[in-house]
Amino acid sequence: MSGSINCPPQPPQFRNDGLRPDEHRKLLATMMRIRVFEERIADLVLEKKIITPCHLYTGQEAVATGVCHALNSDDYLFGTHRSHGHYLAKGGNLKAAMAEIFGRATGCSKGRGGSMHLVAPEVGILGTSSIVSGSMSISVGTALAESIRGSQRITVVFHGDGVPEEGSWHESANLAAVKRLPIIFVCENNLYCTHLALDKRRVHDNIPEMAKAHGFKTLAADGNNVLEVLAAARQAVKTARAGEGPTLIECRTYRWRGHVGPNYDVDLGLRDQQEIDAWKDRCPIKHFGNFLVDEKIMTRAEVDKVWQEACAEVEQAISYSLASPYPDAADVTKNVYRGAGQ
Amino acid sequence: MTVISYAKAINEAHRQLLATDERVFLIGQGVESPWCVGTTTLGLVEQFGTTRVIDTPISELAVTGSAIGAAMTGMRPIVFHPRMDFMYLALDPIINHCASWHYMFGGAVNVPVTIRGIVNRGNEQAAQHSQSPYSLYCHVPGLKVVAPASPYDAKGLLVAAVRDDNPVLYIDDRWLYQTEEEVPDEIYEVPLGKGKICREGADVTVVAVSYLVKEAMTAAAELAKQGISVEVIDPRTLKPLDTDLILSSVKKTGRLVIADPDNPICSLGDHISSLVYGSLFGSLKTSIQRVNLPDCPVPASTSLEKAYFPNYQSIIAAVKRMF
Ligand SMILES: Cc1ncc(C[n+]2csc(CCOP(=O)(O)OP(=O)(O)O)c2C)c(N)n1
Repeated sequence: MSGSINCPPQPPQFRNDGLRPDEHRKLLATMMRIRVFEERIADLVLEKKIITPCHLYTGQEAVATGVCHALNSDDYLFGTHRSHGHYLAKGGNLKAAMAEIFGRATGCSKGRGGSMHLVAPEVGILGTSSIVSGSMSISVGTALAESIRGSQRITVVFHGDGVPEEGSWHESANLAAVKRLPIIFVCENNLYCTHLALDKRRVHDNIPEMAKAHGFKTLAADGNNVLEVLAAARQAVKTARAGEGPTLIECRTYRWRGHVGPNYDVDLGLRDQQEIDAWKDRCPIKHFGNFLVDEKIMTRAEVDKVWQEACAEVEQAISYSLASPYPDAADVTKNVYRGAGQ
Repeated sequence: MTVISYAKAINEAHRQLLATDERVFLIGQGVESPWCVGTTTLGLVEQFGTTRVIDTPISELAVTGSAIGAAMTGMRPIVFHPRMDFMYLALDPIINHCASWHYMFGGAVNVPVTIRGIVNRGNEQAAQHSQSPYSLYCHVPGLKVVAPASPYDAKGLLVAAVRDDNPVLYIDDRWLYQTEEEVPDEIYEVPLGKGKICREGADVTVVAVSYLVKEAMTAAAELAKQGISVEVIDPRTLKPLDTDLILSSVKKTGRLVIADPDNPICSLGDHISSLVYGSLFGSLKTSIQRVNLPDCPVPASTSLEKAYFPNYQSIIAAVKRMF
């Protein structure tokens, strides 16, 4: 299973890049909110309180967090089946996502979408798609619209390493490049696509090279290093806003849990424990917290407090969800169309 | 004969086809995966190797097209899609190419491919992970479509699909995977285009598809207690449809309920209605009743799923509307 591609290099190496203390704190808080959100969901799935299939983002928090920190609130974001982290990092309402995952009427999609279909138009999330590559062409569309409008709004689309196996990725990349659209592809290369490791699906480990061939600029960032991701994202955002065309950022990272949580897929013989442990050692949150303490940007107590606040917020969202009503069965066919009678 | 599950019956059909016909191979996403195809491909890689049991990248279009191309050379591929929702990415090779090929080239080349589309719904998976678009494919000239509702038919129809000289879409349903019945140990065919009477009755005909066959049987047992005698027909092959069987039953009962778990507009149910109205208008005692999914995408929340998917109670209600 664990070929050389799956062995992580050294832990994330942070450089103090002169971010303001409140920015450092925000990055930490966002990653922690995502972590707690996902790990509590894992418990709740095991307890059978959550039914909708949840593809957990644990381990990948630095990618969504770093990228979204470089965006404006009205920039567009598209995601995948594994988008809880993207939604939270972009500023989607945490309670509304939790309620959606609980299948409640108060959910962001009113209980119609479940875990894989989150929406928050107020922060540029027009909906996440659970069809692999489904977001690619649509995200080119929001970029196209804003380029026609001549606005400064850009689009970011997150996708897994499996997505370039679909034709849609290539068509979308070519179209975005040839029209020099303000879009960023963020490839979260977590080395697996369901049960298959990267080397069983591709001859070459070269997703950025493919993007380059289509006319993209490309950047690489350690997907467990939020500062490195942020720096790459800022560069790509600058390029996009300047009308200089699309960029692909490849972030190498790892999902701790199995393809569809809460298990680890070790029992199924799909990954080995050593590999998971090695990546857990590179925990994006633990190392960033240590860096902040070492650099005296935050105290240990402040770091712990951020964690506790995340825990409290997630618990509140769970209580809120549990107290929320289920959608009314009589409304099942509502919202198919917009307009009269709906 | 051995009592086995629907999933095991599919597995056995694959195994026996691979063992008896060297032209057969299996290709699709997740043959090696513990969850993608239930247990239906269990052990096949170990027995037949990765040359004939092929897991793939996530490339529905290329994988389906490649099976179609292989079929043109005389192979008998089974290409499967772990969910029918993902199969939409392969519509071009299926509809523009595979289905039209034999006709478009004047019969010079045939395409004996079996496309296995799996219906996997429920448990709050929502619109993109729940679909069962049987009717869409029935609409396409050049395709045959089967939808087994029992372990016996699951095995026999897969064998018949692979042995047919034309493209056949084989739709199996994960809601049925645990259903058990006696199935012959040897390889056998259930002929394409032949429906079956699952239960004889005199007052009303229920034509049911896929998981609704089981629900129709439950409904019929319940209605029998209330003095209504229901004949349950499973067409098994949706295209070409066994119209004689349906028409002769409705001629006898004078009442028809069509229970097909698909969206209703321009559907198999519409087609059967038009057939029956066209041929038996004078002998119907009342108008045809329908049990379908609503004209609406599939919702996630359990409370909505319950309202969305019909069951035996929906069938009982439809029958009662006729009396
Ligand atoms: C068109 C399509 N094919 C197959 C699937 C099933 N599926 C869901 S997620 C997934 C793997 C995606 O892998 P990757 O893009 O690497 O993202 P990751 O799960 O690693 O985040 C697959 C094959 C799907 N949802 N859509």
